[in-house]
Amino acid sequence: MSDISLTVNGKRVSGTAEDRTLLVHFLRENLGLTGTHVGCDTSQCGACVIHVDGKAVKSCTMLAVQASGSNVVTIEGLADGADLHPVQAAFKEHHGLQCGFCTPGMIMAATDMINRHPEGLDEATVRAELEGNICRCTGYHNIVKAILAASETMAKGARRKAKQAA
Amino acid sequence: MYSVNYHRAASVADAAKLLKSGDAKLLSGGMTLIPAMKTRLAAPSDLVDLSRIKELQGVKVSGKTVTIGAATTHHDVASDEKLKKACPALAHMASRIGDPAVRYKGTIGGSIANNDPAADYPAALLALDATIVTNKREVAAGKFFTGLFETALKDGEIITAVTFTAPAKAAYEKFRNPASRYAIVGVFVAKGKDGVRVAVTGAGDDGVFRSKEIEAALTKSFTAAALDGMKISAKNLMSDIHASADYRANLIAVMAKRAVAAANA
Repeated sequence: MSDISLTVNGKRVSGTAEDRTLLVHFLRENLGLTGTHVGCDTSQCGACVIHVDGKAVKSCTMLAVQASGSNVVTIEGLADGADLHPVQAAFKEHHGLQCGFCTPGMIMAATDMINRHPEGLDEATVRAELEGNICRCTGYHNIVKAILAASETMAKGARRKAKQAA
Repeated sequence: MYSVNYHRAASVADAAKLLKSGDAKLLSGGMTLIPAMKTRLAAPSDLVDLSRIKELQGVKVSGKTVTIGAATTHHDVASDEKLKKACPALAHMASRIGDPAVRYKGTIGGSIANNDPAADYPAALLALDATIVTNKREVAAGKFFTGLFETALKDGEIITAVTFTAPAKAAYEKFRNPASRYAIVGVFVAKGKDGVRVAVTGAGDDGVFRSKEIEAALTKSFTAAALDGMKISAKNLMSDIHASADYRANLIAVMAKRAVAAANA
């Protein structure tokens, strides 16, 4: 057993768990954050993607104790109160989900992808970089559309902020 | 997963000490070890986490000499600006391992210590004639990869870095399994001051190997055309549900041609 303390969605949390506890199970079972899903449990599907220290990783392939001391953001931490994050809003607007099971991982992966490409995204890049996220409804078309739209919105937001600062 | 005791190492010396406890294994990115533990293919009593050791992180380029810390992630290798100039082939190779989430965690040291017969790094390091630096000694890549999931590492030995001289020209091409993203065949070609070296992953019965016949042809002429009509023997190649040995043999020539074309581009 280890004491695990980390920051999750801006809040300091701690708990005790067996060293073999996967981070996704710690989030879901110890912290009650069930937005992060377990799809395949074999690192293939990406339903469990969260951000650990600013990087999108698969929380089913990481021990909770490995993340101790880290800053974690899950799907529950993206929205600003009632205001959806631009990626969430774009998934809603472009119908980027059918059953919704893969959506938390898709959105966390997409947010990271957009951050990694401040120069903007094109369809081929989005499709290539989504290879670690599987949608069993095969709704990729609208997922890609939503990510492209969110990338535009976030770039505009960044330009507006830069202008205000100037 | 069976029960395990986790330890976070503060330094390489600390890790070496912790590694002596029970049936301990080193944990780096965990992209192979944790799935293996989940399926109970691996059941270490203790895990020694190397991922927060500063001295194992980062890429250094000094003149033509490239040194990559063992715990440097695929993402950091792929996006290192100095490496992209010194050896773009290796940065590009790292950018195509697994998927983005895997590249944030998986490390060069973990990949070569595991020596999966379909992993990319063993081919790169063998073709680049790299040296693997451990906490005890230095081993040439040619002597390091000894078989399927087998290396020259001894008990208690920890890889600390990989170092090589940047080649004049190099490229890596792989034919990926679309589900696992591992190479069905991957070929790394490098033309350095000591000649041409060609290493093949994903295909050998005994893991990564050098193709002397492709090296001989490319030494005469470092062009894709030099490999026209080359027939690679299927002897000692893997045959499995993904591809037969004959198919892999053909792919070796095809990937080698593509790699040479890319290296010359």
